Amino acid sequence: MVKLQILSRYVVIALSALMIATFLNPTRSLAVNPNEVLSDAALEQRARNLSSKLRCLVCQNQSIDDSDASLAKDLRILLRKRLVAGDSDEQVIDYIVSRYGEFVLLQPRFGMHTLVLWSLPVVLILTGFLVLLFKLKNRSRTDARTLSDEENARITELLGKGD
Amino acid sequence: MIVELGHYTLVLALGLALVQSVVPIIGARIGHFGLMRLANQTSIMMALLISFSFGALTWAYVNSDFSVVNVWQNSHSLQPYLYKYSSVWGNHEGSLLLWVLFLAIFASLVSVFGKNLPPELKANVLSVQAWILVAFLLFILITSNPFERLANPPLEGNDLNPILQDVGLAIHPPLLYFGYVGLSVTFAFATAALISGRLDAAWARWVRPWTLIAWVFLTAGIAMGSYWAYYELGWGGWWFWDPVENASFMPWLAATALLHSALVMEKREALKIWTVLLAIVAFSMSLLGTFLVRSGVLTSVHAFATDPERGVFILAILVLFIGGSLALFALRAGVLKSGGLFAPISREGALVFNNLFLTSALATVLVGTLYPLLLEAVNGSKISVGAPFFNLTFGPLMMPLLLAVPFGPLLAWKRGDLLAALSRLYLAAGAALLAVIITLAFTTDAPVLAALVIGLAFWVMVGAFAEISVRTDIRKNGIAKAFARAFGLPGSLWGTAFAHFGLGVTLLGIVSVSVFETEVIQEMKIGDKATISGYQLTLKNISPRKASNYNEDIINFEVLAPGGEKFVMQPAKRIYTTRRMPTTESAINTSGFSQLYVSLGEISENNSLTVRMWWKPQVTLIWLGSLFMIFGGLLSLADRRLRVGAPKRAARASKVESEVTING
Repeated sequence: MVKLQILSRYVVIALSALMIATFLNPTRSLAVNPNEVLSDAALEQRARNLSSKLRCLVCQNQSIDDSDASLAKDLRILLRKRLVAGDSDEQVIDYIVSRYGEFVLLQPRFGMHTLVLWSLPVVLILTGFLVLLFKLKNRSRTDARTLSDEENARITELLGKGD
Repeated sequence: MIVELGHYTLVLALGLALVQSVVPIIGARIGHFGLMRLANQTSIMMALLISFSFGALTWAYVNSDFSVVNVWQNSHSLQPYLYKYSSVWGNHEGSLLLWVLFLAIFASLVSVFGKNLPPELKANVLSVQAWILVAFLLFILITSNPFERLANPPLEGNDLNPILQDVGLAIHPPLLYFGYVGLSVTFAFATAALISGRLDAAWARWVRPWTLIAWVFLTAGIAMGSYWAYYELGWGGWWFWDPVENASFMPWLAATALLHSALVMEKREALKIWTVLLAIVAFSMSLLGTFLVRSGVLTSVHAFATDPERGVFILAILVLFIGGSLALFALRAGVLKSGGLFAPISREGALVFNNLFLTSALATVLVGTLYPLLLEAVNGSKISVGAPFFNLTFGPLMMPLLLAVPFGPLLAWKRGDLLAALSRLYLAAGAALLAVIITLAFTTDAPVLAALVIGLAFWVMVGAFAEISVRTDIRKNGIAKAFARAFGLPGSLWGTAFAHFGLGVTLLGIVSVSVFETEVIQEMKIGDKATISGYQLTLKNISPRKASNYNEDIINFEVLAPGGEKFVMQPAKRIYTTRRMPTTESAINTSGFSQLYVSLGEISENNSLTVRMWWKPQVTLIWLGSLFMIFGGLLSLADRRLRVGAPKRAARASKVESEVTING
């Protein structure tokens, strides 16, 4: 039984990881110009994934992937240059953050300053379940099947009437 | 003169709102029916006065009266008539007037359709609505007066922002506002219940149709806005998790949760306190949305600080209403007694599950939207919370909920049987499995998870009709009898089925377009060809065209479809003459549920045009699904109307019922 529980837990974790992976990896539409596109398809795919997570700093809530702005274009080219130079995704992100600040990341980093933001969904669901569990336990202890004195009195009264 | 009259009637309406916010509630307190009934007349009178005021502003716009600052700033004499009308709400002042107009209309609807309401409840409700009216009328008159005049009227206006000159804008804000403001009714009912301390099933029966109306309009408004952004903004996205979008999505999430919890309250007298809290939260989200969009706080905390008058005023309204109602809730919630025990696996349990996930999702969107503002205010550091964050958090939160959707209606009240429900969902499970297998078999590059989510979509779609199939039971009854039975089922049951079905349809559209979309970006000259997903596009020629308030270059593409038929697509580049603002108009061709989307980029040095083409498989399902949800809402509403027609009898019946349960 315990093994089954552990197994099911692993299944749940794997499923959620998969889920997260697809949400991370949508094929996104781009404002990329043809002359920017890298010849290496795998590298270009990485470039696109990265650029959909970077904010166009002069636009309103647009990624550099979606934006026509020249700054967005510059960033797209910069990012591709770093990728061609052999940087890993994290190195590229680190480099761009060092130049433009964390504001450029559409997906903020996990840290002390974003602890509340990132943990909130999980905390809420868990707290919700715990509260419900607690309520249910409490409820079964004070079972409604026992009647109050008032109700008992009323029953005897009604039964008395029936005679 | 008409403009001044419009201004004057608005002030008169404020006077009436002040009366209505005090007198009826006192009447309810001391039991004076005359004072309570006063709200009936004042609320209808207010709706008429504000309608007149709104009409006066519309008149100024239609006649291009540029001596009115607001008209001069946002309209142009050569605009097509439709946009002269929609310009009225295409700006801050006018949109607030529309907001207040809807608020007054809802108040008058309550007074007209609420004939059978207990008089004290009705008086309290109308007073609470008047409080909101007072606040917003003051806001308009003090900080955002649309009737201000110019001493030396110019000959021509500044034109409406070109992006807003679209049929989409003509419809989107009114729909959304009607939804936003509709939640004020529920809020007023909740507050009235807290004031009087009385809350029964009849109350829930009253609240549910109003929530449903608001929900239907919110759904329509959000879907409309999403489609508008999709074709107008020209980069093919349909949801950007933009703070302004979130501002409309949060009330929707709250209203959806409220619809479900009100159901429990109405049928089982449980979740009372929670339902009242949700009603408060739902309207608070409407107010917050208005604040976020209207105060300019979203663009930057600094923009808010440079023009603080409006921002601070709305913030005060927010604090007053949200803070006040929550304080009232904290004080009085204890008075409300919850009844109706239930097992964890039951219809009630399923609805609680729904509420847990919806409110968690709501909180996630809320905190995500406000977090950058809060963090900047606290320690000055600037971060962004954008689409990747929301996809990563909101998405997984929705999955368990969607998985549970088909179970809900199949579980019995009080104590349900999960296995029995599952056995009735064999068809849905089969469809889901089939969908997964087919997706995996026929696509090469689809991630396994995409296939699973497609399966989930079919699970929700087919599972939505499980309750109806159980109730009609074709195999036992035969087709004729099953049909007769299906027609005899209550509208709300069909409503649930259609709304849940629509949810699955939307999900299918979302997965399909985000996984299987293809894209081609190409530099093209006249005569060049491009190929995308079997379609061949040829850039034929460019034809200039002059419209009343813009000039455009239409790019004519001849498209050869995979089936052999030919058609023309005409994206365009426009220059609006007054604001000298360039826009690009995308061209969309729909075949089946999918769309071919062509958008234009820049013209490069060597005189070629960057053309972006997308093949968006099943993308229209996203909005088609919301149409099903709306249809479901309307069906359910039609059903409710029958019962709401006789709430007195219903109230008495429920009273008798409760006596019977005590007696029995």
